Amino acid sequence: MHEVILLADALFPRGVEQYLFGGLLIGLGTALIYAGTGIHAGASTFLESTLSYGSKLRRFQQPRFIASRDWRVVFTLGIVAGAAAYSVATGEFGWTTEVQPWRLLLGGVLIGIGTRLGKGCTSGHGVCGVGSGSRTSILNVAIFMLVAIGVAQFVFALGVRP
Amino acid sequence: MSGAGILAEHESHPLFLPLVFLGGAIFGVGLAMSQMARPEIVLEFLQFRDLGLLFVMGGASVVVGITFWALTLSGRSAPMTGKRFGRRLKSLDGVGWGLSGICPGAAYASLGIGNVVILYGVLGMFIGAYLQGYLRESRADAASPSPAD
Repeated sequence: MHEVILLADALFPRGVEQYLFGGLLIGLGTALIYAGTGIHAGASTFLESTLSYGSKLRRFQQPRFIASRDWRVVFTLGIVAGAAAYSVATGEFGWTTEVQPWRLLLGGVLIGIGTRLGKGCTSGHGVCGVGSGSRTSILNVAIFMLVAIGVAQFVFALGVRP
Repeated sequence: MSGAGILAEHESHPLFLPLVFLGGAIFGVGLAMSQMARPEIVLEFLQFRDLGLLFVMGGASVVVGITFWALTLSGRSAPMTGKRFGRRLKSLDGVGWGLSGICPGAAYASLGIGNVVILYGVLGMFIGAYLQGYLRESRADAASPSPAD
């Protein structure tokens, strides 16, 4: 019994409640939108659909982006507002990351390319896709998880902190 | 707001946008509460120092899975769009996530908790998405004069 508690402490040093409840809320938000509209709301198509406002590239001027770009902006504003409300309520607002800007920028570029090649991100594939039992999404998540773990371990091993 | 001749999805029902905003806000509270808006926590997960994020995706997938399954089984259509409920049939992302500890939804939420430095990541994502679209289009043009995209 004692060993089980030690193992749980090692694997989950911060406990699991905030993770579990946060995850349930993420699912609830997604489910609510789906129940009302039949749309699988993912976060990454926002990038392309928002580019359609400013870019003349045919790639971005596809009907599916133009038809969805307004609500995708509203969805993203909702995410920002919800996170802001929570952090203000808990007094955590204003926290800033120690991760270096170059990593955020370079990581962002790769995410921009990768999510568009893979047609989805952690919310589209990881929540909607896995939740609906899509094999494509499960494979996609397995691959990006494995690659992300490899890169994170590698960067850590190189001595880059945090 | 919508392009020429294209009906924007939100034009189908007056409550469409309020519902999307509410859903997004709940999603954002979830991201902030689950700590995914903090790149450090995501990196610690990927480095196996705190596996708690398993519960985030697990919890979210279970709620979504049950909802999608029940609605699909009901055989109904979505009240605001008339879309029929049903399953959707149809990487480099991992490198970016592992390098920086951010992903699109979490980055927006991170901005919400006041983490302005994350704007580097958001800018990067737009650059990446544009690059991918740009390269894809120029390749399609090179391959055939009239691509059916």
